[in-house]
Formats: sequence, structure tokens, C-alpha cells
Amino acid sequence: MTPLLVSSYTATTCLGRGLAATSDALRANRSGLTPCNFETVKLDTWIGEVADVDATVLPAPLSHYDCRNNRLTCLGLETDGFAERVREAIGRYGASRVGVFLGTSTAGILQTELAYRRRDPATGALPEDFFYRTTHNSFSLAEFTRDYFALEGMAMAISTACSSSAKVFAAAARQLALGTIDAAIVGGVDTLCLTTLHGFASLQLTSGQPCRPYDAARDGISIGEGAAFALLERADSAASGSILLLGTGESSDAYHMSSPHPEGLGARLAMQAALRSAALAPGDIGYINLHGTATPANDAAEGKAVAALFDRQVPCSSTKGATGHTLGAAGAVEAVICALALTEGFLPGSPGTTSLDPAIDIDYLLQTRPAQPTSARYALSNSFGFGGSNCSLIFGVAP
Amino acid sequence: MSSCAQPMALTAWIEGVGFIAPGLPDWVSARSVLRGEQPFTPAPSVLPPADLLPSAERRRASRIVKVALATGLEAALQAGADVSTLATVFSASGADGHNCHALCEQLASEDRQISPTRFHNSVHNAAAGYWGIATRSMAPCQVISAFDASFGAGLLDALGQVVLDQQPTLLIAYDSEYPEPIFSKRPLPDVAGVALLLSPTRSARSLARITASPTARSADPMVDPALEAQRLSIPALRALPLLAYLARGVSGEVCLDYLPPMQLSLMIDSLPPC
Repeated sequence: MTPLLVSSYTATTCLGRGLAATSDALRANRSGLTPCNFETVKLDTWIGEVADVDATVLPAPLSHYDCRNNRLTCLGLETDGFAERVREAIGRYGASRVGVFLGTSTAGILQTELAYRRRDPATGALPEDFFYRTTHNSFSLAEFTRDYFALEGMAMAISTACSSSAKVFAAAARQLALGTIDAAIVGGVDTLCLTTLHGFASLQLTSGQPCRPYDAARDGISIGEGAAFALLERADSAASGSILLLGTGESSDAYHMSSPHPEGLGARLAMQAALRSAALAPGDIGYINLHGTATPANDAAEGKAVAALFDRQVPCSSTKGATGHTLGAAGAVEAVICALALTEGFLPGSPGTTSLDPAIDIDYLLQTRPAQPTSARYALSNSFGFGGSNCSLIFGVAP
Repeated sequence: MSSCAQPMALTAWIEGVGFIAPGLPDWVSARSVLRGEQPFTPAPSVLPPADLLPSAERRRASRIVKVALATGLEAALQAGADVSTLATVFSASGADGHNCHALCEQLASEDRQISPTRFHNSVHNAAAGYWGIATRSMAPCQVISAFDASFGAGLLDALGQVVLDQQPTLLIAYDSEYPEPIFSKRPLPDVAGVALLLSPTRSARSLARITASPTARSADPMVDPALEAQRLSIPALRALPLLAYLARGVSGEVCLDYLPPMQLSLMIDSLPPC
């Protein structure tokens, strides 16, 4: 693909609000996970909760979008000057030429879960103040973002579970390549809710302690929440040192609804497609941000795919021990982590992981370390989801 | 910025159509109604069994999975496409509404231990996941939601894949109803699905070439008030004005609802039926 400029980016997770907080935590190899005390949930698990989400007030004309997921969307947009960069892009290109491509797995379903506790005792009806379209629907965060910036062009939500906000980069790159838009707001937002906390618990995929990706004793995920955004534009005038999106690769497992292909075949296809798209060889990659959910099956399958393609040549880590698994936001959160690693010259470690699984033959980073100046020009990020949906992205630094 | 001076045309050949809507169980019956050969009589949508799936999954397949698989397969078979290698774009306003209701009801109760199967079936990409398992296709699979604009959003991404990757792509737009109490907040009356097999090259099976561009015009309505009611009540059926052109084998320009103020103008170059 033709490289695209990532002209602005931001991430908000349990590590903190914005790039500086995220970078500080990653450099210190610090985790933001805490024991679960979300809402009325009583589960023996840890979560990555974002501070002050519910203190966020949406602009008054958009109050019908109010729910935890759109509060976090708003909080994320208003971080690191991202909204200002978007407004400048709208000034350059026009309100119909900036597209919105956002990923989510559950959007604002928490709003519906809470509304079901307030059903009319006689009729069973949901309360008057519950708005399905602008809270529950998968498109709600994209429509909120489009209205927030008074945009008039293309918008879509992508919802492929935990690969959602990686796949938005590929979808936006297509429209930029076609010339149907001149800039794209891409990203992902997912917030804690009862469906995912109880759902992953029902699958016995949540850990009773902070998750330990790629550890021999890993026993499940820690669910997190997050909002991460990037502004994509054509790279004609990219300044030296800017972050570029260089390649995207998508594939399907065609195997099982909630288990990965045991040999990581779909994962391997996605990484190979991303390398082809970027016209790079495996040896060019200086860091891999793994999907690394810390379930026994995911890390084993992904580890096999990475080992097959990269041997032990490329340092890798999952940052989910720091952020938790932010589900539909994970692709965008980890894209931003790759951008930070590339611009600031460090390779993130893996808080929580202590004793690596000897069956997985990759160069896994337990501790954060400085990048070799020559080696970390390109980073690859993996995101895989339920239903066997895989996406790999490659980012680089403009020379 | 100079590189965007010449946008690429969003164009593809339609090689096959799959269709299910209330009173219109497949493309052949829809085509005769859209040609005016048969009157339109609304009736509950009829869903064929999900023959693609293994027996255990087939028995449990939800209405939204059935409509997506059936319409997708109908379009692919018409086109003679190999489903095991086909790139797909699924687009729907929402996922399985009945499953969603059951989960929300249980999560509002004392016993929150939801079923793991209900949970993995709750994802927006459940139908796409079952399609992949059934067809063994490891090709890229996109799953979009854009509320009432879902057909247009899916069409834009599918056309983009056809033009850029120069390979056939199957677009499946589909929706299913919620039971009460969500039904009152999102009153989709029934299930419906529209599938289009889009190809970069013309073949003996090509029905028409379509070329999409943005417009601020209002969408073209259906002349028949009952069909117009269908177009407006189920997001996937925002495609009906396009399908009317395909059914009649005529050329022209049609405007479909997308995301106001951005609507989609489609230039349709129909080929005479073989």
C-alpha cells in the first residue's frame, strides 16, 4: 500500500489519559490493573478501568449520546490535542472529506444492561430516557464522533470483536487510496460492561489475578477499557520522524467462534499479508506488539505463528499486562503503543509476566528496554478476535 | 495535496444477487415482484435452514445467522463463485436481537451466570464467524455497522476492496428484529438480507455494472407503497431501488440512502438478460 501519515494520535486506558501517561507507565513497566470493583459486578478478576470516565460531560447538543462508552469516546477525542488536529484537517479538506472509522465490540451496551433494571413493572417497557440508537447500537460511537465534529461524509463502525479497531486502519486506508476521502479519524472505544465481564468469565477465560501474557502459568485475560484514535492522511508531506502506516493484513481463521486456530494459521496469514502490503521482510521488523491476551490458547497459537515467521529474531511483547485487554479498542490502543515505541525509542515490557512459557520460541520482552537505534524502524501489531477475525498492522518512521 | 486529484471510480460488476425479505423468500420471487409481474404481498420472512453449517450449529442457528448465510450463498451460487476463497463484507445495524435480550434480562437478574454460547453468539460478527467456519474461507472478512446506513457503508467498503484488490467480494447486508422491550426502541419488523457478488471483471453472468459516487440528493423511493414501507423499515432494504433496476434489466442512475447529507448515487449499466 501507499504509506499513510499518522498525523496525530492519542490513547487513554487504565495507564492514564494521553500519550505522556501511557509512555511513563510503559517505560516503568507498570500495570494499571486493579481488582474488579466495577458497578455491581462480583467476579474474582482484575480490570483495567479508566479514571474519571463518568465525570465526562458531553457537549449539550449531543446529550442524547450520553453513556459510559461515549463519555470515554469524548474524553479520548479531547486528549493530546487530537480534536484540534481533526478540526485543522476539516479546515484543510472540508467536512465531507474526513471519514470516521471506529471499532468497538460492545459500544454502549452497558446502557441497555442498566435500563433492563428499570423496566416498567406493569408493561416491561424500557425507560423513556433510554436511547438505543445513540448508546447501544454498534455505530453509536462513530455517529457521536461524526456529530461531534459536524462531519458530513463517510462513517462506519467495524465490529469484529477484538480485532475491530485494527481493521479500521485497513478500511480507512482503502478509502484514502481510492481518493473518496482526504483524511480519516480511525480508532476504537470499548468500555467495561456486564456482558463482557460475565461473558468472558462464563468461558472461563478471565484470570483471578492480573493477566500474565506468555507466562507458563498464564490463566486468562484481565478485561480493560480504552479509547484510542489516530488521524490518517496522505503522506506526501510527511516530516522526517513522523509515524507512517505502512501495511495492513487481514485474514479469517475459519475454525471456531471463540478459540483461535491451534497452529495460528489465520494469525500467520494476517502477518504475511501485512508484510506484503508494506513490502517488508520479516527481518525488517524491529518490534512486535503481540495480541497476547494471556489465555493459554491465544498465546500458544499466536506464539507458533510468530515463531514460524520471525524465528527468535524480533523482540515481542504483549502490553495487555499493563492495559488489560481493551477488546474492541485493543487494535487502536496497541497501534498507538507502537507509535510511541517507534518515536521514543523503547521496547515495552510485559508487567505481570515472570516466567516465560518454554514451549513458545520467540524473543519475548519481560522488561521495557531501549530500542537499538538501527533496529526499531518498523513495528508490527497483531489483533485477533472471536469469530476468527485477524488483523496485523505495520507502522514505521518517516526517514 | 496533489495525490488525490484523480479519485478512482468505485465500480464493480454484479455477478449474483441473494435476497430475503418479508413476503419475498428469494431473489427469483423478488425479481418478479420488482418487475411488476407479481403483486407484492407482505408476509413474515421465510428463512431456509442454514445448510452450510454442521448439524449441531444448524439446529441452533439464529435468525440473523440464517438470513446472512442464505442470502450470501444464493448470490455466490448465482455467480458460480468459490466461497472457500471469497473475501466478504458483512454489514448489519445490529447483531442477534433475541440473544441480546436474553443476555440483558439475565444480567438484570440475581443469576448473572450467562451461557458461554450466548456470549460468543452476541458478537456483531457472529454471522461472519459462522460463514467462515462453514465455507473454510480464510480470506479477509469485514463486519460493519452503520445503523440505518449499514447497506451504504457495506457497499462502500466492498466496492473499495473490489477496485483495490481486483478480486471478487461478497457483500451481505442483513438485519434482524429485537423482541420487546428493545423492539419499541428499535422497531425492525422482521429479518431481511441483500447479498451482492461484486467483481472487478465482466463475465457471462454479469447482471450490471454499478458505479457509486456521493450525492446530496434524496433517496429514490419505491413506487409501490408496501415496498416503500419495507425499504424504510429495514436497513438492508435501503438497497431496493438498486434491486428494482437489476430486476428490470434497465440502466440509469439511482440514489440510495446512506448517511445524510451524504447519499449514494449509483450509475447502473445493465446488460440484457442472457
